[in-house]
Amino acid sequence: MNRLNVNFCGVDFKNPIVPASGTYGYGREYECLYPLSTLGGISVKGTTLHRREGNPAPRVAETPSGMLNSVGLQNGGVDKFLSYELPNLVTKDTRIIANIAGSTIEECAELAAKLKDSDIDMIELNISCPNVKQGGAAFGTDCNIAGAVTKAVKDNSDKPVMVKLSPNVTSIVDIAKSVEANGADAVSLINTLLGMRIDINTGRPILKNNVGGLSGPAVFPVAVRMVWQVANAVNIPVCGMGGVSTWEDAVEIMMVGASLVQVGAAIFNDPFAPVQIIDGLQKFCEDKGINNISEIVGTVKPW
Amino acid sequence: MMYKQGKYQIVSKKTLAKGIFDIEVLCPDVAELAEAGQFAQVAAEGFFLRRPISICDIDKDKGTIRLVFEIRGKGTEKLAELNKGQLIDIIAPLGKGFKVLEGKKAICVGGGIGVPPMVGIAKAYGANAVAISGFRNMAAVILQEDFKAAGVETILCTDDGSAGRKGFVTDALEEQIAREKPDIIVACGPMVMLKRIADIAEKNGIECQVSLEQRMACGVGACLVCACRTVKDGKEIHSHVCKDGPVFDSKEVVFE
Repeated sequence: MNRLNVNFCGVDFKNPIVPASGTYGYGREYECLYPLSTLGGISVKGTTLHRREGNPAPRVAETPSGMLNSVGLQNGGVDKFLSYELPNLVTKDTRIIANIAGSTIEECAELAAKLKDSDIDMIELNISCPNVKQGGAAFGTDCNIAGAVTKAVKDNSDKPVMVKLSPNVTSIVDIAKSVEANGADAVSLINTLLGMRIDINTGRPILKNNVGGLSGPAVFPVAVRMVWQVANAVNIPVCGMGGVSTWEDAVEIMMVGASLVQVGAAIFNDPFAPVQIIDGLQKFCEDKGINNISEIVGTVKPW
Repeated sequence: MMYKQGKYQIVSKKTLAKGIFDIEVLCPDVAELAEAGQFAQVAAEGFFLRRPISICDIDKDKGTIRLVFEIRGKGTEKLAELNKGQLIDIIAPLGKGFKVLEGKKAICVGGGIGVPPMVGIAKAYGANAVAISGFRNMAAVILQEDFKAAGVETILCTDDGSAGRKGFVTDALEEQIAREKPDIIVACGPMVMLKRIADIAEKNGIECQVSLEQRMACGVGACLVCACRTVKDGKEIHSHVCKDGPVFDSKEVVFE
């Protein structure tokens, strides 16, 4: 009995565990540890219309139970993704989620158009990167713009479009409703929380970008709360992420409404984290007599 | 790329100088793959990110690698608490190591905690290598016997002259080049030292490889946080210390 397969926006995933964008490259770096076919899918490194060099280093700072990053969407551009990464990924027997980010609405639309008829399974539209000056979180913190970007991408795409939301907003529910109203097939949340660390010996921020996105176990309770709020407010599927490190975390975030789960920073600590989470979910289902993991989605009984 | 992740036994631990530790790890599968100049991502209990530590030496027959590290903060302080017989969680070997040019002459220049990765590469060149090491003072001197045991000529420099000659490794390097020009210079240490060594190599028309350092997360080339400025095909780009390095041709590196 396959207890872990899930259907998300009409796409079949063999299990609900997907390494999160920006933490897993395009899979090449982890293949020597375990086959990528073990994974439900891969959300690839954030891809832009043109190659980007990203922000100056240092781009990482450790925090209690987590880290800040300020990579700034360094990537080879969509053409390189299509010609070099995608042909490799399609041979790996796992679902491919193309994470895209643009600095204008037009750029997002063009990216979506370029991915038409390609072998990707889904688009994840990143409107929440805290580390770029244009686009990024500027799209994800305004309901009207978030809606407009979503519509532009939907109009130019033949794939299911999942919109990745920023937690750095007053009401993530309002943003989620706006992207849903503009045609989003799903939402994923949360992206990183904006943070800052200082080197007290130099008096300077550790990150050259001064500020960066917080991820890791430290943000997990925030993610659970936001997934719960959003899942209760929209009728489209929710992909949950933010500090998920163990199978228990995955169960928890699914219980509040996530039907797909991304695992990010945990991979830096333990590259086998996604595999261990999958194994743990399988055992959890067997122990509890759950026929399919989807049965637990949204089953939390709030007080 | 090929690396392993696992918990391996520490078979020996030594204190080389104040705050500097030398642990030997029994990891035959890692030792088999490892090359001089590569590094390990080491988990420190209670800390989220692993600590990148260069591989000092590899013994393929014994199936061990040596990790020599300095206490830099609370994470490395935690690592220093590990003892013989305990397990250490590492991802290794990672990154690109130094070139070994068969039968050619090398000068290996290390500054401070940049000296440990020079041991493995100097050994590979054996009697064809000269190791120039620089430290603050006599109390900080480490690993000179390891070079000598491998038949490597050693030149020791200290800032205050309390051991070896007084002065910088770069002065010793220029004198050594004048005595006998090597085919390659390899170096690890502070950026200012590496920049000066790169200049000396270029002036003398000698190939030069430098090992860089940067704050890291994944260690395998996936997360892209450990960016460094390099030049490729005449254009400045961001390479990554963990996967494109830590060893780079000095001509590629944009020194700050």
